[in-house]
Amino acid sequence: MSDIPAELRFAESHEWARQEGDLIVVGISDHAQEALGDVVFVELPEIGKVFAAGDAAGVVESVKAASDIYSPVAGEVVEVNEALGDAPEELNNTPYSSWIFKVKPSNAAGDLAKLLDAAGYKAAIGE
Amino acid sequence: MGKRTPLFDLHLALGAKLVDFGGWDMPLHYGSQVEEHHQVRRDCGIFDVSHMHVIDVSGSQAKPWLQHLLANDVGRLQHTGRALYSAMLDTQGGIVDDMIVYLTDEGYRLVVNAATGAKDLAWMNAHSSGFDVHLTHRSELAMLAIQGPHARQKIAELVTQARTELIHTLRPFEGQQEGDWFIARTGYTGEDGLEIILPSDQACRFFNDMVGAGISPIGLGARDTLRLEAGMNLFGQEIDEQVSPLISNMAWTVAWQPEDRGFIGRAALEAERAKGVASKLVGLVLEERGVLRAHQVVRIAEVGEGEITSGSFSPTLSKSIALARVPIATADRAEVEIRGKWYPVRVVQPTFVRHGKALI
Repeated sequence: MSDIPAELRFAESHEWARQEGDLIVVGISDHAQEALGDVVFVELPEIGKVFAAGDAAGVVESVKAASDIYSPVAGEVVEVNEALGDAPEELNNTPYSSWIFKVKPSNAAGDLAKLLDAAGYKAAIGE
Repeated sequence: MGKRTPLFDLHLALGAKLVDFGGWDMPLHYGSQVEEHHQVRRDCGIFDVSHMHVIDVSGSQAKPWLQHLLANDVGRLQHTGRALYSAMLDTQGGIVDDMIVYLTDEGYRLVVNAATGAKDLAWMNAHSSGFDVHLTHRSELAMLAIQGPHARQKIAELVTQARTELIHTLRPFEGQQEGDWFIARTGYTGEDGLEIILPSDQACRFFNDMVGAGISPIGLGARDTLRLEAGMNLFGQEIDEQVSPLISNMAWTVAWQPEDRGFIGRAALEAERAKGVASKLVGLVLEERGVLRAHQVVRIAEVGEGEITSGSFSPTLSKSIALARVPIATADRAEVEIRGKWYPVRVVQPTFVRHGKALI
């Protein structure tokens, strides 16, 4: 049983999205980090890169495999979590406070509405 | 549902995440395989390796039969307790399995791999006609490995006096029976430690006692990164029937003397040697971020191409390492293709860490 905070929105590809002022903060879910195993490298997106919702945004590399992460919303990357360079294992330890990147969204309300809520994600992962 | 060792329920109770290994449901880790790896290098940890197979060999011709069957020579084992590592070859010189062989009071004890046990027994039986030899598959025994610089000391604190004394006298690569336990100073991690073969009905209690005494249970995930750092082959990845020991960093395990010891595969190896050995197994180190993985292509300028046989992240070195089979002329640099891009790697000896220290 993984942790699924009620206030977040989720992509089926296991990213979470949280509104923070006029930015959207993105990370990966507890279910995802658990499935990946120990994370050893995170390839962060470039600041300034513009994504459509669902575009490949970076890579999380664990001992087990390399997994692409996708931007759950459309917009421009304005900040990335450099701390993951030295401590990638924080994605395993605190998946909901170890954010990966922040986006200035082009269509926040619309894109967030298309994501799953906590109950929807829980059902999607079969819990 | 895969096969399960006698400790399966205990692994679940300890929080193991399971993985299929050669048809067995085994613990991949109990929380963090990187932490478990560090634990073994710095202190000690305990592994359930009961999925491996113990085959006891007895009979008046046990020795000449094994000298015929194996590429290494059991004639080198002069005293009860001594052990050696050997490949078992087919007639083309390909590797059927790798194993450790101990000289015992009753004959020999072989420890072979989990996924190849049935195949090995069939092969051995098919090649034993004409020899007075008897094989017993000891499937009622379990096997635990306790590895790390403090392993022997910690076990000695928890066992009988007789076993403590044995533990203190065992030299590396020796194994002896004490009561119904067989204790060997062998392992698959590059650290000091013991492997204990014991009745299944005692294994759970002993494993539990060790964990209760603060010794960490270690899963197969860490087992793989530990053996990779130590440069040890894994059957099915570095070695199988398609390759000979001469291109697998195992030439040292082939006993060419005496010249009249006609072990299975000898002629094929001699032909390979005469023709010129064309490949070698090397170590690779990726100096930048990323993870090398099995089957990635290795390119060596002006020499040719090879392939990674095993790759992972090395927790001790904090970078990715791999074993790769490459053309013999490969020097100290190469490139590896990772997800469509080429990355430079250092080519090094195929042993990266020993007794907790980086060698490269």
